[in-house]
Amino acid sequence: MKQKFNIITSTCVPLPLENVDTDQIIPARFLKATDKKGFGENLFRDWRYDKAGNKIESFVLNDPAYGGQILVAGKNFGSGSSREHAAWAIADYGFRVVVSSFFADIHKNNELNNFVLPVVVSEAFLAELFDSIYADPATAVEVNLPEQTITNKTTGKTEQFEINAYKKDCLVNGHDDIDYLLSHRENIEAFEARQK
Amino acid sequence: MNTLFDKIWDAHVVTLIEEGPTQVYIDRLYCHEVTSPQAFEGMRARGLKCFRPEKIYCMPDHNTPTHDQDKPIEDPVSKKQVDTLAKNAEEFGLTHYGMLNERNGIIHVVGPERGLTLPGMTIVCGDSHTSTHGAVGAIAFGIGTSEVEMVMASQCILQSRPKTMRISVEGELKSGVTAKDLALYVMSKMTTSGATGYFIEYAGSAVRNLSMEGRLTLCNLSIEMGARGGMIAPDEVTFAYLEGRENSPKGADWDQAVAYWKTLKSDEHAQFDKEIIFEAADIEPMITYGTNPGMGMGITQHIPLTDGMDEVAKTTYLKSLEYMGFEPGECLLGKQIDYVFLGSCTNGRIEDFRAFASLVKGRRKAEHVVAWLVPGSWMVDAQIREEGLDKIFEAAGFELRQPGCSACLAMNDDKIPAGKYAVSTSNRNFEGRQGPGARTILAGPLVAAAAAVTGVITDPREMMKS
Repeated sequence: MKQKFNIITSTCVPLPLENVDTDQIIPARFLKATDKKGFGENLFRDWRYDKAGNKIESFVLNDPAYGGQILVAGKNFGSGSSREHAAWAIADYGFRVVVSSFFADIHKNNELNNFVLPVVVSEAFLAELFDSIYADPATAVEVNLPEQTITNKTTGKTEQFEINAYKKDCLVNGHDDIDYLLSHRENIEAFEARQK
Repeated sequence: MNTLFDKIWDAHVVTLIEEGPTQVYIDRLYCHEVTSPQAFEGMRARGLKCFRPEKIYCMPDHNTPTHDQDKPIEDPVSKKQVDTLAKNAEEFGLTHYGMLNERNGIIHVVGPERGLTLPGMTIVCGDSHTSTHGAVGAIAFGIGTSEVEMVMASQCILQSRPKTMRISVEGELKSGVTAKDLALYVMSKMTTSGATGYFIEYAGSAVRNLSMEGRLTLCNLSIEMGARGGMIAPDEVTFAYLEGRENSPKGADWDQAVAYWKTLKSDEHAQFDKEIIFEAADIEPMITYGTNPGMGMGITQHIPLTDGMDEVAKTTYLKSLEYMGFEPGECLLGKQIDYVFLGSCTNGRIEDFRAFASLVKGRRKAEHVVAWLVPGSWMVDAQIREEGLDKIFEAAGFELRQPGCSACLAMNDDKIPAGKYAVSTSNRNFEGRQGPGARTILAGPLVAAAAAVTGVITDPREMMKS
């Protein structure tokens, strides 16, 4: 799962809906696995397939015109359940970046902990990006983590995005929080001693 | 001049990482079977033991069937997940309350009722409704599985400090209005993302006057506004609820604990990043009409029109109403429903069963309605029987099931069929939440009882008159 992140340039998959909750990203009935593998198959399961398991042609993941490593979604992406399976499904499907104007807190952390980068952009940038993608599905976006910039290559519009220096370092170097915590155990024992 | 949140958070800061998150010490980790197996697997892969196993409690609740728990679980995948939790708990030396253990139930019901959840604690679980535990005056929030592993490995978590928000509800709740209605009302005003980035403290006379069960219901739903969590300052209601519980401090330890807990309140001039005030008198019994919990309205109201929405918002809104089979402007009173679910970590406590019983007593369940009454734990089940509520249910044509999360998220057999309407006391009306194609109308236990008896959406106040 640990995958170093630097610069990604890719076409995008547009999902112009708000409040996409984690039950839509991966429905509860697919949470019964005891490992992290294969969740991508059921990403957006009930929007992607009908009850008989046939592809719903109108859903964007089934539209051959769109593809790439960047998912672009409406505001408040990933609300609801804390299930990390949603982030595993997004990563397993092949997305490395999710772009939205607003993310739900827990899901945002879950993406970061799986080396998927949530990029928060302005409403205006997001609206223009949807327009660019619909006008030309070949529209590419560059996400530059070291510089913290996202660029719509069609319009040339660039925005800075926020990420704290610690987490950026984790993503660029392929470390996770547990690596950090394990290397600082003496702090934890010192804290416990103070509590007594 | 600190808020309640500041006081507890500051007391748990291990270190501040420069230009990064805060390392926070965790007093209690709860684990259920769905979001823990990959964390245990990660621990094994790194060759780690749990850093403080005595602070971790495990119990299955999501997959547990609500009937025949003495027999093996029929679904082999559910069974494997439940068995895996038991095996992991044993391997890592953790306390485990398995199915049929008298301490088993929904983890967010069991924690407080066993005194494992106490004021001043930091509490996490791989489950967004961990916010429930904030009702006793704790910082409690849901986390992902990587974070569960983090806490297993170090009893700490890395989190950015949330902003603080105080939501005050002043005045007295009207007759027929429950804690769930209060929560659904607040959510309808705040929207499903209105508290994202914040930790909420609930205050005001209407909140103070809630029972402990009501407070647990209110805090449970904090996540449905996007909040990291919600909390209520501990007071005499809290102490009376916790005193004598299995894991509550006893004797001199209790007195000492209460003395400390009494300091856990926001200082008079404490500054919150956001303050919001509601009037209790404005709240009526609530229902939801859409596919997120913020899409709620008073039971006598009409579904909002699309005026003033931008393109993406309108598309999202109409998609939601289409899923529900509703029209903008429609009133739902008299609408036929098919299923009623009483239970979940939101409304699976004794007070909820008392409320439901108060309305169905001496009445009969509507013929066409399938009703599932699922206690939140064996302890709740025992109290239902002790109070004779089971007899009231039986006489009215209802059957009590065995404890678990059940139809709230339909990971067991309790699924609402596609296209059917369920009036549900649970916490989420997302598309497919209660089964693929299921249509969920969230409500409190009184509205659920009224619907179960009449078979249609009914204002419970009408039935309370007679």
